[in-house]
Amino acid sequence: MNWNWLPLLRDRWVVTSVGVTAGIAVGSIILGFAWLPYEQPGERFRGLWDAICSAAGLIHVAPDRQPVVQAGYPTTQVEIIPGMLRDASAESVGRGATLALRCTMCHGARGMSPANTPNLAGQYPGAIYKELADFKSGARSSAIMIPLVADLSDRDMRDLAAYYAYLPRVHDEGAADGGTPQIVADGAPMRNIAPCGACHGELGNKTGAPWLEGQPVSYLQAQLDAFASGARRNDIDQQMRNVARGMTPAEIAAASRYFAGGP
Amino acid sequence: MLPSRRMILAHFWLAFGSFGAALLLGEWQMFVRSPLHAWIGDPELYYRSVTAHGTTMAYVFPTLVAMGFGYFVTEASLRRPLVGLYWAWTGLALVAIGTVTAVVPVALGRASVLYTFYPPMIGNAFYYIGVVLVVVGSWIWVALMSVNLYIWKRQNPGAPVPFAMFATVAGSYLWGWTAVGAALELIFQIIPAAVGLTNTIDAGLSRVFFSWTLHAIVYFWLMPAYIAYYTIVPRAIGGRLFSDQMGRISFILFLVVAMPIGVHHLFEDPEVGSGFKFLHSVYTGLVTIPTLLTVFTICASVEIAAQRRGGKGPLGWLAKLPWRNPVMLGVAFSFIMLGFGGAGGIINMSYQLNSTIHNTQWVTGHFHLIFAGAIVIMYFIIAYDTWPHLTGRALDSLGLMRTQLWLWFIGMIVLTFPWHYVGILGMPRRMAFYDYTDPVIAQQAASVVMSVIGGAILVISAALFFVVLARGQISARMEPGNYRFSVATHPPRTLPAALNGFGLWLSLMIGLTIVNYGFPIAHLLAAQGTEVPVVRVGAAR
Repeated sequence: MNWNWLPLLRDRWVVTSVGVTAGIAVGSIILGFAWLPYEQPGERFRGLWDAICSAAGLIHVAPDRQPVVQAGYPTTQVEIIPGMLRDASAESVGRGATLALRCTMCHGARGMSPANTPNLAGQYPGAIYKELADFKSGARSSAIMIPLVADLSDRDMRDLAAYYAYLPRVHDEGAADGGTPQIVADGAPMRNIAPCGACHGELGNKTGAPWLEGQPVSYLQAQLDAFASGARRNDIDQQMRNVARGMTPAEIAAASRYFAGGP
Repeated sequence: MLPSRRMILAHFWLAFGSFGAALLLGEWQMFVRSPLHAWIGDPELYYRSVTAHGTTMAYVFPTLVAMGFGYFVTEASLRRPLVGLYWAWTGLALVAIGTVTAVVPVALGRASVLYTFYPPMIGNAFYYIGVVLVVVGSWIWVALMSVNLYIWKRQNPGAPVPFAMFATVAGSYLWGWTAVGAALELIFQIIPAAVGLTNTIDAGLSRVFFSWTLHAIVYFWLMPAYIAYYTIVPRAIGGRLFSDQMGRISFILFLVVAMPIGVHHLFEDPEVGSGFKFLHSVYTGLVTIPTLLTVFTICASVEIAAQRRGGKGPLGWLAKLPWRNPVMLGVAFSFIMLGFGGAGGIINMSYQLNSTIHNTQWVTGHFHLIFAGAIVIMYFIIAYDTWPHLTGRALDSLGLMRTQLWLWFIGMIVLTFPWHYVGILGMPRRMAFYDYTDPVIAQQAASVVMSVIGGAILVISAALFFVVLARGQISARMEPGNYRFSVATHPPRTLPAALNGFGLWLSLMIGLTIVNYGFPIAHLLAAQGTEVPVVRVGAAR
C-alpha cells in the first residue's frame, strides 16, 4: 500500500479547496434533490427516495402505482421518417398503377375525382402509405376503405403510394380567392394552434403531414370534425386532435374552404 | 522580437479575417429579417448564413485568438522560444483546413444545422469533420502550452510561474476538457449518423454532451480577454496589478466551476432531472465570483494608475485616467458591457426567470453583448498591444483606434439592448422571417431596425480595425524591445504549490464534472427507446 498521498491531507490548500467544493456540492444536492422536490406544489412522493429519483430525472411512477394508461383503441403503428418512399422505382409505380385500378371508382382514374373523396394525385407517398396501413390495422376507421385494404400487402401499399405520388398535382385555379383566413395564416397562439402552413405548407412541409390543397371541402371539414370529436385518432401524438379540438366550427369551415380553394 | 512571431501573426490574421467575413454575414442576417427588407423567400439561405456565422464566430475566431495569444504569452513571459514550433504550425493548418472543410457544405446548403448542431437534424459529414479538425488543431495548442510550462518549471524549480503563463495554461486546460463533451457527441453520435452508419440518434443525450461544451466554451472565449485585463491593462495605462495571487485564484476558480454548469442551457429540456438543473444553477451562480474578483482587482489596479497620475478622492481619480489611451478606453467599454451582460446572464441561469426569456432574442442579445462586446473588444486591445511586437513596425493610428473602439461600443449597445427588449416581448430567436404587419409583433419593428443600425455601426468599426492593422503592417520599422506584462504591486517571490500548478485544480474540475454530469449521462446511455429518426438537412422531405 502506497501512503505517499497522506501529506496532501495536511496541505491547507488541498483540504480547504476540496472541502469547500464538496460542501457546496453536498449542500446543493440536499437542497435540489431532497428539499426542493417537496416544495413543488402538486408533487406527491411516496417518500424521500421517490423524491430523489424524481429529481434525478428517473421516470416517475404515479404515487398510487397505477400503470401507464394504454389507449383503449388501436393506434397507428407506422413510423414516419423524413423522405420515406421518395425514391420509388418505375416498377413500383407500374405495380401501383395496376393496383390502383380498384381505387378509380372513388378516387378517379388519375387520382382526381369530383366524388368528394380525397384527391390523391401528387400526394406525399408517406401520407398515402400511412393511411392505408392505418386502415388495415384498424387505427383509422372507414366502412368503405377497411374491406378494400384488408388483403393489401405492405409492398402493395408502398406501390400504391409510389403511383399516386408520381401523378402530377392538379391545381384548381378556377376558385375565387377570398383571402387567407386568420386561423390558416397565423393559427391561434393563445389556444396553442400553429398556422396550418407550419406543417402543411408549400415551403415547410413537415414529415407525415399531407398535401391539403385542392382537397374536397366536405372531406376536409369531416376530417377536422372527426379529429375534434375524437372519432378519428390515428394522428401521431394527437397532433391534429389537439389542433382541431381548439378550433371553432367557423374556423374549421373557413380552413376547409381555404384549402379546398373555395371562397 | 519574438522568435515565433510569424506563426503568431498567421493565427491572428486568420482569426480576424474569418471574423470579418462572419461579421458581414451577421449583419446581413439582421437586415433581411428586419422590416427594412422584404422576405428573402427561402429560409434555407438564412439558416446557411446563421450556421456559417455561428461556426466561425464560436469555433474558429476565438480559438485562433486564444492559440495565437497563448503562443505569444509563452514566448514573451517565459522568455524562451516556443518548444514545438512545427506542431504549432500543424495546429494552425488543421484549424484552417477544418474551417474550409466545414464551411463548404454549409455554403452548399448541406449543413444548415447552426453551430450548436441540433440533432436529430443531421448535415453533411464534412461539416462535422471540419469542426473536429478545428478542435484537434486547438488540442495541439493545449498540449504545447502544457509542455512549455512543464519544461520551464523543470528548468526553474520552485520559481513562480509568470502570471500570464499561468492564466494561459489554465485557459488551455479549460478548453481541453470542455471540448470533450462536443467531441463525444460528434464522434459517437453525430458523425456515425452523418455518414449513414445509423439512422437514429438519442437527441437528449446529444444535448447533454453539447451542454458540457456549450457553457465552458464561453469562458474559453473569455480567457484571452481576462488575461489582457490582468497582464496588459495595468502596464499599458501606467499602473500596477493590484494582486498577483488574486488573479491566480480567479483563473483557478474559472477552471474548477466554469465547466460543470452547462445544464442551465437545458432548463426547458425534459431529459435532465430537476435536481441536476438546480445543481448546475448553483455552480453557474458561483462563476460570478471569479468575475467579481477580476472586476475588483482590475478596478484597484486602474486606481493605482490614476493615483500615480495625481488622482485623489473616492471617485475623483477617474478623471486622471489616461482616457486617450486606447487600452484604457477598451477596458472601460469592456467592463460596462460585461456588467450589463453579466446581469443578464444571472437572469438566464435562474430557473424561473429563464423560462421567461428562454429561446427568445434576449438570449441572442445576451451572448452578443458578452462575447462580441466585452470579450471581442479586448481581442482588439490584444491585437493593438501585440502588433508592434509581431510586425516590428509602429502601430500609431491612435485616433483611429479610439474611433474604432467607440464605434464598437456604441454599435454593440445599439445592437443588443433592443435585442434584449424584443426578447422580453417574446420574439423567438432562430427564425428566418417575422411578419411585422401582424399587429401582434408590429411593435417590435422599431427595435429590430435599431439593432440593424447597431450592426451596421459594428461593420464600420471592424473596417476601421482592419485599416489600423493594415497600416501597422506597412508603417515605419521600429525595435519594440522586450514585451512587458503588468507588474504586481507585490510580485510574488515564492508561491504555494497550489497557486503555481494545476494538479489539484484539474482533479477538482474532473471530479465536479463527474458529480454534475456522471449520472445524467449514465442514465441516458442506459435508457432504452430514447432514439429518434435523424432528419437529414438538404435531403428530400
